[in-house]
Amino acid sequence: MSLRSRIVNALRADRLNREIDDEVRSHFEEAIERGRDPAEARRAFGSALRYSEESRDVRLIAWLDSLRADAIFGWRQLMKRKATSAAAILSLALAIGACTGAFRLIDALLLRPLPVADPQHLYALSRSGIGFDGKPATFDGWAYPSFRLMRAAVNDQAELMAVSYAQRMDLTYKSDQEMERAEVQYVSGWMFGTFGLRPAVGRLLTENDDLKPRAHPYAVLSYDYWTRRFGRDPSIVGRKFRMGDDIYQIVGVGPQAFTGTETGTVTDVFVPTMMHPAVVHDDWTWHRTLVRLKPRVDREPLRAKLDATSRAFEEERAKGFTGMSKQDIEKFLDQKLVLQPAAAGASGLQSDYRVSLVALGVLVALVLLIACANVANLMSAQAASRAREMALRVSIGAGRWRLVQLVLVESAWLALLAGALGAVFAWWSAPFVVGMINPPDNPARLNLPADWRVLGFGLALTLVVMLSFGLTPALRASAVKPASALKGGEDPHTRRRMMHALIAAQVAFCFLVLFVAGLFAATFERLSNRPIGFAADRLLIVETVAARDEAPVAWDQVAEHLRGVHGVRSVALAGWPLLGGNTRNGFISVNGAPPGPDLAYFLPVSPGWMDAMKIPFTEGEDFRPNDTSPGVAIINETFVKQFFKGENPIGKSFEKVGDIRCRVVGVVRDAPYRSMREPILPSAYVPIHSIDAKGALQPIHDATFMVRTSNANPMALASVLRREIPRARPEFRVSNIRTQADLVRAQTLRERLLAMLGLFFAGVALLLAGIGLYGVLDYSVLQRRREIGIRMAIGAPTGSIARLVTVEVFSMVLAGAIAGVALGMASVRYIEALLYQVKAGDPAMLALPSLTILAAALLAALPAVVHAVRIDPAAMLRAE
Amino acid sequence: MTAIKDWSGEVLRAEEGSLYPALHRMEEAGWIRAEWIVKDTGRRARLYEMTAAGKKQLDVEESRWQAVTSAVNRVLRTA
Repeated sequence: MSLRSRIVNALRADRLNREIDDEVRSHFEEAIERGRDPAEARRAFGSALRYSEESRDVRLIAWLDSLRADAIFGWRQLMKRKATSAAAILSLALAIGACTGAFRLIDALLLRPLPVADPQHLYALSRSGIGFDGKPATFDGWAYPSFRLMRAAVNDQAELMAVSYAQRMDLTYKSDQEMERAEVQYVSGWMFGTFGLRPAVGRLLTENDDLKPRAHPYAVLSYDYWTRRFGRDPSIVGRKFRMGDDIYQIVGVGPQAFTGTETGTVTDVFVPTMMHPAVVHDDWTWHRTLVRLKPRVDREPLRAKLDATSRAFEEERAKGFTGMSKQDIEKFLDQKLVLQPAAAGASGLQSDYRVSLVALGVLVALVLLIACANVANLMSAQAASRAREMALRVSIGAGRWRLVQLVLVESAWLALLAGALGAVFAWWSAPFVVGMINPPDNPARLNLPADWRVLGFGLALTLVVMLSFGLTPALRASAVKPASALKGGEDPHTRRRMMHALIAAQVAFCFLVLFVAGLFAATFERLSNRPIGFAADRLLIVETVAARDEAPVAWDQVAEHLRGVHGVRSVALAGWPLLGGNTRNGFISVNGAPPGPDLAYFLPVSPGWMDAMKIPFTEGEDFRPNDTSPGVAIINETFVKQFFKGENPIGKSFEKVGDIRCRVVGVVRDAPYRSMREPILPSAYVPIHSIDAKGALQPIHDATFMVRTSNANPMALASVLRREIPRARPEFRVSNIRTQADLVRAQTLRERLLAMLGLFFAGVALLLAGIGLYGVLDYSVLQRRREIGIRMAIGAPTGSIARLVTVEVFSMVLAGAIAGVALGMASVRYIEALLYQVKAGDPAMLALPSLTILAAALLAALPAVVHAVRIDPAAMLRAE
Repeated sequence: MTAIKDWSGEVLRAEEGSLYPALHRMEEAGWIRAEWIVKDTGRRARLYEMTAAGKKQLDVEESRWQAVTSAVNRVLRTA
């Protein structure tokens, strides 16, 4: 009660003062009423002022009262200079918001622990070695039989869980024509128990649901999917759906917080690993392996044990390899097993975006520092103009801390307002960036809660920001020496020195931001202008599935039907699209020679595919309608260079080791197969009609129609094709339609994001640094106007005045730029992986930011110089 | 204050104004409560009244005072 009333009184000090005064007054009135002499009563009372003040301090919290007074005073100071305050607040808000937004992303993707028991004991297994391209690489995929051996080997020390890569799969709750897509993960049945998860409805999978291949068609839905798809219908347990050839029964729904272990993807349906077709294959790596260490288990011995088990498995498997040289087998086996912390889950998005997000985080932190330096200079300049006020305050007895508080409270206003605005910006920007991470048809889904972690970060950041720009001016203001300040003669140079140091720092940071943004932009520009070798526009990718495996001739019939659809220019069939992520590869042997270490990539296509893709032939010709595989092949120029030493290969044969033998009938121009970032892979196109050893045509389950449209917007035809394909053959249905242009764009999404955000923050940094420079120059002109006036009066030319005003600051700009170059060169190796055909030492990459900063500095200096040379010496000297 | 001066035989003297911080301190402690009243003359006055907690506190303080003074007295007498 008492504390509350004291807080309330502190916030309503006026009322309290009035009440105390009233009471004192009533005392005197009573005294007079009783006939006492007013003068005597006053004397007997003592010092009314002292006692009222004492009463006041009893009845409120003194520091809160002074804080309130300072807050009001600080607010008035801000309001006095609305434009400056608004600029300071906006620039800080943008920077704080960007930093908080970046933190939200980094936290959600890389730091936030999974909502499972003991996430800190969770690791993901991967193998690091030398990839087929000769570069160091890490693989996190495992084959199930190997997983099983490893699990048994460390049974008493750790629990191993197999978790497949999340996959968008077709499933249906009704008829086959009502297929829908869901993110499916095959997981070890015991995963839920090991994670200590409880079902929201029904039950979760257990070890007993994961014993025999294809024997456990049970599924658990994620809470998110249950909510989105079924509106949390509790009667969902027992419902069935069909996926592939199996009918699954839903047994329960997972807990609300758990969205799977693949951060960046929200899993919809969990099914047991035993339902995966690859569970018995020892050469099919399709799942991650998660490890939960038991208490008091050391990592290194466990790792060694797992490593030995995995290596023994691979050695056993390598005995079956034919056609691979001993060296290659050695190279293949030379892998080290690694335990990577997976408290925040394990996903491809994490490895793809870890460096990018941290780089962006550093960029926005630099922008924040630039903004802070601006505000610090602003506060310094203001503190200077208030030196007399401060001196007066000290003279009438204000304590040192009281002055620090006075200035800090003003900084706190700036920081708090900026923090609040920044929160809004962060709230908007983080989901915006997530929305740009993946292609629109398969968006990344990142849980971005605004909880205590984010709030705490934002508050801590605001506090740090406030102290960083407010503390020095506050301490300076409090250290004022009244005698010298009131005389108006303190040394102005100390303050300017600090401002100039900040300018140098700003320029250095600004250079770094511009430099890195320039690298990102050049990477994006070069990558998106890279010739792709085929025409991606007006090209639809129609992924199609048959209810049962269908004879190739049935697929040809559908293609023929589509050719008759209005608006279709050409149609061809392929196993899968280029740049879609699917690959098939093998080692190549020419003339029975032992195969080299390089892999060639294969794609089954129909005749006319080259024409539909607009990949030109340089030699030979297209397949004929009755060509089959094995038999003939069309190869690209890189294949010719790599395996035929550049000789004309037409009519010659090569062998895909252990598989097929082909005679080359054509050579086509290079086109990227898997990724735009890597060099062109040696590729071979083989007929999609394949025959087995007896010469019988093999049926096809799923394939991709490449449809070139006459309309510039190929998607306009999507719904027509979805309808026309089942009309041609009712057992066929479309599972997905994309455009080839989207696939090409998806190749540069990360680069586009980095370039866009990088350039945006480079612009902000440049603007802030420019404003900062302008502010400092203007201030120094203001401060030295007497000196300038005198110089002009004794005949200094305009040029020398301009030099006087700018030379110091420009030497700082130069120093900052040099520091920036050094910083840039030092930091570039951390982002090398994000760059494409861009060298940090490239003169153009260094010149561009330097020139931009120089231009901005000149522009920012102009008003101050004009101001300086326009000083009227007569007026200035008269004012003294 | 006049009353205190008179009762104490002019031994205890204090400025009248010092009464108010003391009253406010006791009010904050919850030992007394105050309200504004309007007297017949139309003048406002602040009236203080002892609370239950205040009475208890007074008893405590009084007995403590008694204990101290009697102890001091005893010491003085034996010396």
